[in-house]
Amino acid sequence: MKTMNKAVLGQIKDKYGKNFKRVNKRIIVCAGTGCIANGALLVYDALQQAIEDAGLQSFIELELDKHDHKHDEKNNDGECVQLSHSGCQGFCAQGPLVNILPDEIMYVKVKPEDAAEIIQTSVMEGQLIERLQYVNPANGNKNRGQLDIPFYKLQNRLVLGECGHVDPENIREYISHDGYFAAEKAYTSMTDQEVCDTLIESGLRGRGGGGFPTGRKWNFARVVESDKKYVICNGDEGDPGAFMDRSLMEGNPHRIIEGMMIAARAINANEGYVYVRLEYPLAVKRVIKAIQDALDAGILGDNVFGTGRSMHIHVMEGAGAFVCGEETALMASIEGKRGMPMPKPPFPAQEGLFGKPTIINNVETLAAVPLIIRNGPSWFNQYGTATSKGTKTFALTGHVANTGLIEVPFGTTLREIVHNIGGGVTDDDGKISTQGFKAVQIGGPSGGCLTAENIDLPLDYDNLLACGAMVGSGGLVVMNQQSCMIQIARFFMNFTQSESCGKCIPCREGTKQMLALLDDIIDGTATMETFHLLEEVGNVVKKASLCGLGKTAPSPVLSTIVKFKEEYLEHIVNKRCPTNNCPALMDITIDVEKCIGCTACARKCPVGAITGEKKQPHKVDPAICIKCGECFKACKFDAVLGFNM
Amino acid sequence: MKTEPNKSLRQFQQVHEILEANNNDKARLIPILQQVQDSYLFLPPQVLTYIATALRMPIAEVYGVATFYAHFTLEPKGKYVVRACDGTACHVKGSSKLLRTLYEKLKLSPDKSTTDDMLFTIEAVSCLGACGLAPVMMINDKVYGEVTSARCGEIIDAIITAESKVVNE
Repeated sequence: MKTMNKAVLGQIKDKYGKNFKRVNKRIIVCAGTGCIANGALLVYDALQQAIEDAGLQSFIELELDKHDHKHDEKNNDGECVQLSHSGCQGFCAQGPLVNILPDEIMYVKVKPEDAAEIIQTSVMEGQLIERLQYVNPANGNKNRGQLDIPFYKLQNRLVLGECGHVDPENIREYISHDGYFAAEKAYTSMTDQEVCDTLIESGLRGRGGGGFPTGRKWNFARVVESDKKYVICNGDEGDPGAFMDRSLMEGNPHRIIEGMMIAARAINANEGYVYVRLEYPLAVKRVIKAIQDALDAGILGDNVFGTGRSMHIHVMEGAGAFVCGEETALMASIEGKRGMPMPKPPFPAQEGLFGKPTIINNVETLAAVPLIIRNGPSWFNQYGTATSKGTKTFALTGHVANTGLIEVPFGTTLREIVHNIGGGVTDDDGKISTQGFKAVQIGGPSGGCLTAENIDLPLDYDNLLACGAMVGSGGLVVMNQQSCMIQIARFFMNFTQSESCGKCIPCREGTKQMLALLDDIIDGTATMETFHLLEEVGNVVKKASLCGLGKTAPSPVLSTIVKFKEEYLEHIVNKRCPTNNCPALMDITIDVEKCIGCTACARKCPVGAITGEKKQPHKVDPAICIKCGECFKACKFDAVLGFNM
Repeated sequence: MKTEPNKSLRQFQQVHEILEANNNDKARLIPILQQVQDSYLFLPPQVLTYIATALRMPIAEVYGVATFYAHFTLEPKGKYVVRACDGTACHVKGSSKLLRTLYEKLKLSPDKSTTDDMLFTIEAVSCLGACGLAPVMMINDKVYGEVTSARCGEIIDAIITAESKVVNE
């Protein structure tokens, strides 16, 4: 087993850096899940072929301990290019993305056919290819790259910083970006208490949802005496609409391992688990490779940085249960049991995995840790608000022009996120809408909705809680004016109901009843009693459930009841869905394009709600219509809309 | 009668190897079940009993774990598992329509999720984490983004064509 120390890390960094100076141009192809789905790997292969065809010298990584004269001689003749993969660059909707450095050119929606032209025009001649540039949908302007595309320019990518720059499968590249120096510092020149104190001073709070101060959590585990302690990285990102943990694990797995090592140093643990969802096969693969590479390099192992301490990390693949994101359930799952939560106390810091003191941190939390140790707590807490320090990643999705992964300091407003970074709200056809958003759902099934009146609210843990929402894991789904809020509430209720583990009654039965009540509203059979009952049951589930899943399950319903009471009442009292989304409550309309004016529907209508001239499109008066469906059956031209038969 | 023990030995050979590879460790029950499912494509009842006996655990406990997690299936799945995402982002971008198209295309329903020729299984899942490309579906380990009804039909057709070629050859 090799031993690794600061000097060796430094050598790797220097050597890699020297090698790197040879490179005149770097071409980075985004290889996150989103871009791969759009064909990024084909683009990569095509670029590689184009480099060969053009006769360019491509960068070959030298063996660290060998001095290769042949390459040194070649140093100055001609262009040397490096083609590499990166993790998710966040701008998923525009993929596959290709970045050319140091020119800071970014091409979007690149196809394999574009490869030869990119190499010839942009890499060799340094010219832009306008066709592949990003066009700002707000003003039609073309942008050159990450420095001027608003989506990137307005962000503060600290935790995500190296995602999209470093090759996630190359440990040396990570080291050359100062990787593992923070772990080295924590192991060799800091005491466990100093590490905890640094974290407390930085103000870092858990990014998984609860927002508990990380340093204090570590301190609880640190002071417990035990022969064995564990560190767990919670990558069971089950919230629908969130994918930051996936991007980090895929894009920069070494940062997470380094974060776990620092956590292990802080509580004196020597074993760790990374718990990853099975829906993320690429993340699993890259984390396993990163652990093996760190082990081979002597960074992990039995003698970490020559201190005689050991640290080993295992990967545990989840088996598909949302509740396992809850820490006690997650530990039960690692122990091979049904993933059901346990009452706290005892807290995991006292009695956790296999009965030993354990700390569980979210992926994003751990990814921030090496930065804090490296740059100091005051560097970190210069970002953010008084009670929420640092930056937060959000998965910006739904009806917004620029969907993707963003990172902004706490305290950023929705206006900035949705309109400036997100590029504005889109309508159902994907065009920019002038109407603004109806709601922004934040925090997934545990969170709530914000509306236009919250557009200038600085987003942080406490402000969001005060609004009935929560940061949660950071899913931020924008909904346009055509979205039915009752359907959204039902969507989340359906999710939590099916994911409820069934251990405690309030959650198991309560979520079921709430779902049934919402169904009554959507089917048009609800009364005002339904509405009051829904609110009452929601409050009981919130107060009486055992774990976080149940305690927050009613939030999407309760928050929409407050913010969109009118819409609920419209469904219940007037039996109408204002956005025409609920099949049973839709207005019946006639498609003027399809209607030929045969009068068949008007003759069948028992209440005379349909009017119109012969051979002219007919019309339905919703005030008279009783939705019997006769007109739908009578029409031979599929012109009657509003029935989902 | 003599062939019986041999047959059952062969039947359980793979499970046996998986159990050995995991040191017959109870705590590794979930990875064991995952690996067994990878090679058998589902968890047959006899195999669950075998695992329980080998790990000295009550069968009910193994069964409890196998039924708790969504990934485990006690019934055989098709060769291609189509996971249609119904996460929030996909939901607001029309994933229910995509799911409906898939069911109609393969003549399946939530109650009958595998085709008779054992080629396809349809699952609605809560989030695949590729929300930027909503609506998304995943066939085995491959992710497809921005799947419209038409595109979903083409993807399925392509698989069917490829499969029928294999059969003909």
